[in-house]
Amino acid sequence: MHELSLCRSIHQVVENAAAHRPVATVNLRVGMLRQVVPATLVYCWGLVTAEGPLAGSRLAIESVPVVGHCRACDRDTHIEQTLMLVCGYCDTAALDIVNGEEFLITTIDFDDTSPVTQHST
Amino acid sequence: MGRFHRHEDGDYHDHDHHHDHHGDHSGYETGSDRIVVLERIFDENDRRAADNRRRFDDADVVVVNMMSSPGAGKTTLLESTLRALGTPERVGVIEGDIETSIDADRLSAAGARVSLLNTANGFGGECHLDAPMVANALQRMELGDLDVLFIENVGNLVCPAEFDVGAHRSVMVYAITEGEEKPLKYPVMFRAVDLVLINKLDLLPHLDFDLAAFREILAKINPDADVIEVSARSGSGIERWIQWIDTARQIKPSGA
Repeated sequence: MHELSLCRSIHQVVENAAAHRPVATVNLRVGMLRQVVPATLVYCWGLVTAEGPLAGSRLAIESVPVVGHCRACDRDTHIEQTLMLVCGYCDTAALDIVNGEEFLITTIDFDDTSPVTQHST
Repeated sequence: MGRFHRHEDGDYHDHDHHHDHHGDHSGYETGSDRIVVLERIFDENDRRAADNRRRFDDADVVVVNMMSSPGAGKTTLLESTLRALGTPERVGVIEGDIETSIDADRLSAAGARVSLLNTANGFGGECHLDAPMVANALQRMELGDLDVLFIENVGNLVCPAEFDVGAHRSVMVYAITEGEEKPLKYPVMFRAVDLVLINKLDLLPHLDFDLAAFREILAKINPDADVIEVSARSGSGIERWIQWIDTARQIKPSGA
């Protein structure tokens, strides 16, 4: 639902970090508790980059499964069904999320082999 | 991001906040064709949210982010709240709506100082308020005149949960007409709030809503959330909600 505004934020970070080098791929790590639809994010990336120096670059999204730490039995549990965040060992709901809330740009891959098209804008 | 939690130690902070990468947009080289960035996508929003929170703390205003689905009764509840607080002129409301000033006009009429944010833009309207939007609304609001500021978020059970706006507390208004199972469908939102106000209790005799079942499901999803049953229409329960706001004011949060 808010993938477009997220893409604008990603665009800003990538443009600063890339410093005019031709970007091939932007690698993201997205926890599965994040309420983003990867396909929509990729679609919006195409819209946001269409006119600028990042046109043609792609988003690669690594999904991170949800892991919670149980306050009751002190064990980590991998949660397949994110609708019910309960401990897989003792069924307690008092879980602290360890993985699954990530949302970051990890790396940027450049395509320095392609003829560099420097945008004057 | 912007899931804002209160922890046992009374401290407030965002989860998965990597301060060591804060503000580093430059990246560093690991090879000829890849750089490591490790920039959280919500960093910019979260920095702006922290700015907002500092401004609220400096002005000694407690700020409550009110979220719900459309039609759960946020505006009616705020009207009752303004009446019960007795000093509506000391209460601010940042009103987030995709279009129209209908809600803002109602709350102005009730005496609050209102700053309206219409989120409609060329793409059909944002589904949430973010920290820069709230900062923008603050330009039209004198914080020194206020004790309490409510941020009435856009009616939506998904997106507002992701964006920290700088509030001290997050509250959900939940109408019993929405059914018992919604915490299972929107766990991220239900986990993000400090309080659930169960609203429209006056309709209970006319509905099949199972209040005990709802509270049980909610406790599974968010065992830490406070729960208060209210009817914005009849005024029942509003006194407890006012006390909750008072407590939030007294335990002055230190900020993220």
